[in-house]
Amino acid sequence: MIKLKLDNVNKQLGGMQILRDVNLEIAAGEFVVFIGPSGCGKSTLLRLIAGLDSICAGNLLIDGQRVNDLEPRERGVGMVFQSYALYPHMSVYDNISFGLKLAKTEKSTLRERVLKTAQILQLDKLLQRKPKELSGGQRQRVAMGRAMAREPDILLFDEPLSNLDASLRVQMRNEIARLHARLSSTMIYVTHDQVEAMTLADKIVVLNGGHIEQIGSPRELYERPASRFVAGFLGSPKMNFLAARLHTPGETSLVDTPVLGMTSLPFDSSHLAAGTLLSLGVRPEHVSLKAAGGAVGIVVAGVEYLGSETYVHLETGQEEPLICRCEVSAGWQAGDRVELQLDIDNLHLFDNDGTVLERHPQAIETRPNEVSLRSDRAPAL
Amino acid sequence: MSLRLLKKTLLRLGFWCLIGVLLLYAVFPFYYAIVTSLKPSGALFQVSYWVESPDFSNYAAVLHQASFLRAIGNSLVVALCVVTLALFLSVTAAYALGRVKFRGRGTVLMMVLGVSMFPQVAVLSGLFEVIRALGLYNTSWALILSYTIFTLPFTVWVLTTFMGQLPHELEEAAIMDGASPWVTLTRVLLPLLWPALITTGLLAFIAAWNEFLFALTFTLTDTQRTVPVAIALISGGSPHELPWGLLMAASVLVTVPLVILVLIFQRRIVSGLTAGALKG
Repeated sequence: MIKLKLDNVNKQLGGMQILRDVNLEIAAGEFVVFIGPSGCGKSTLLRLIAGLDSICAGNLLIDGQRVNDLEPRERGVGMVFQSYALYPHMSVYDNISFGLKLAKTEKSTLRERVLKTAQILQLDKLLQRKPKELSGGQRQRVAMGRAMAREPDILLFDEPLSNLDASLRVQMRNEIARLHARLSSTMIYVTHDQVEAMTLADKIVVLNGGHIEQIGSPRELYERPASRFVAGFLGSPKMNFLAARLHTPGETSLVDTPVLGMTSLPFDSSHLAAGTLLSLGVRPEHVSLKAAGGAVGIVVAGVEYLGSETYVHLETGQEEPLICRCEVSAGWQAGDRVELQLDIDNLHLFDNDGTVLERHPQAIETRPNEVSLRSDRAPAL
Repeated sequence: MSLRLLKKTLLRLGFWCLIGVLLLYAVFPFYYAIVTSLKPSGALFQVSYWVESPDFSNYAAVLHQASFLRAIGNSLVVALCVVTLALFLSVTAAYALGRVKFRGRGTVLMMVLGVSMFPQVAVLSGLFEVIRALGLYNTSWALILSYTIFTLPFTVWVLTTFMGQLPHELEEAAIMDGASPWVTLTRVLLPLLWPALITTGLLAFIAAWNEFLFALTFTLTDTQRTVPVAIALISGGSPHELPWGLLMAASVLVTVPLVILVLIFQRRIVSGLTAGALKG
C-alpha cells in the first residue's frame, strides 16, 4: 500500500532550484533513507514532507490525499530534529506530552501514551529530568519520544545521529532499527552517512543537485549503480574509476584504457560512437593483485593497514591512485610491483554523462571472468 | 628573581589602586548623599566624611510630606505600567522581527532604531500637542505613553537580538507538535527569554523611574507628579534656602528600591546581557 507519494515536486528558494521534478513512492511501513552530499536537497525534501517548507509545484499525497496545504499537525507526521530541539525548560514528561496537550488529549489517555512511549524508549526513570541533565543518547531518545507520542503514521528523522559520538551512534542506529521493527510505522530518514543508510534502509534514495539519482535497496544501489555518481558515492573506500575510450561500439564493447590496454567488455555500447570517452568503475574489493616478475607491473605507492584488511594504493598514472582492498596476509609493501586482476562480473562502465552502460547478458558466459593488466602496458617509470 | 617578584607586586598594587579610584568615582556621590541626609540641617556645612550620630529628622520630614508619598506612588504606577506595556509590545514585535522572515524587516528595525535617536527635547513640543489632543495632560497616562515611546526602541532591539539567537529548530519542533504562533511564543520561546525580559524590564523601569523632562512638562499638580519632579520642587522655608538635607533624604529613599532591585536580579541581568555570547 502506498503511504506517501511525491508527484513532480519542485522547490525554489531565492531564485535557486533546490528540488527538481522529484517523483517518489513510499510504501506503508517502509524505512526510506535520503542520502546525498550536502546541499543536494535531502533535508529540504524532508521538510517539504513535514510541512515546514511549502511546495512550489507538484503534489504531495499521504494515503492518497493531497496534503500540500495542510498544517504539519494535520498531516500525521512526527519529526526528530538534528539538534534534538528539546524544550529546555520542560521536563522529559512535558516534552513528550506537549503535542498531546495541544491536541487536547484527555488526561488519562495522555498519561498512558506518554508512559507507553517512555517505556518503549527506556525513558521511564528519566521522566522528571530536564534535558540538560540528560546524556546525548538520552536526549536523542526524548526527541524520538516527542515525535512518536502523537502516534503519527510517518516518522521523519533529520540526521538524528550526527551529534553523537561514534560508539553511541552505532548503538542508537540499532535502537532505531529495533524501533522500526516494533512500531512498523513508515520512517523517512535523512543522513549523509552511508553506513547508516546501508544498515537501516529498506529503500535508499540517492539525491544529487536537487534530483533523484537512483532509488533502490542498499544492495541494488551498491551492486548495480545507475550512474557514476551513485557508484562513487556509496562504498568506502570509493569505487575506482579508470579513464577509457570506446574503440568499437556494439553489444559487447572493445574498450581502450591506459591501464588495462585494449579489452573486450560485456557492456552494450551500440548507441555510442567510437571514440567516446568512458569510465570504467571497479570497487576496491574486486581488484586482486598478483606479484609481477622483475621490473614490469604497477608500483605499490602505499599501504594502509586497518587491522582486518589493508588498502593498497597503486600508482597508475591516473588522477587518483587505484585502491585495492587486500587481506593482511598478502603482505604487500610500498615499492612492490604487481599485476592487476579485475573481477569482470563486478565491473561497471559509464558513459561520458555518467550513465551506466547496460550489461550484455550473454556475454558474461562467453568471456573469461577476469581481465588482467598486460604487463607491457605498465606505465613508464 | 626578586626583580620579577617586585614587578609582579607593583603591578598588583597598581591594579588595586585603579580599582579603588574607579570605586571612589562611582560610589562617592551616592555615599556623600547618604552622609548629608543623615545630618541635622545645622551641621550641613561642616565637611565630614563620616556620620558620628545619625540624625533621621530629614527622613521623617520627607516621609511626612503627603505629596512626596503620593509622588512615589505615581512613579511606581507609571514605571510598572511602562514596563508591562513595553515588554508586551516588544516581545510580540521581537517575535515578528526576530523569527519571521519578511520583506522590509531590516528597514523596520532601522526605523525603530532611528526613532530612538531623536533627543527628548526635539519631540517635546510635538508630543505635548499629541497629549493635549488626546486629553491626557496632567495624568499618569501622559507619562506612560511618552515613556513607552522612548523605551520601546531599546526593548525591541534587545529582545529581537535575543529572539534571533534562539534555535530555529525549537520553533519548528513546536510547529510539528501543533503549536500556533501564540502558543509557540508564550510556552516555548518566552520561558527561555526570562533573563532578557528581566534585564530589559529593569532597565525600562529605571529609565521611567528617573525621567525628569517629560514628567515636569506633562504634569501640573502635586497629585500627578512623579518622584524626580517632586524632589526638584522641594523647597525650603524661604526662597534663599535650599533644604539639602531633605533633598538628599528623598533622593536616597527613591534610589534604594532601585539598588535593591538590581541586587536581587543581578545574576539574571549578567546572564541576560551575556546570554548567547558563549555557547554552552
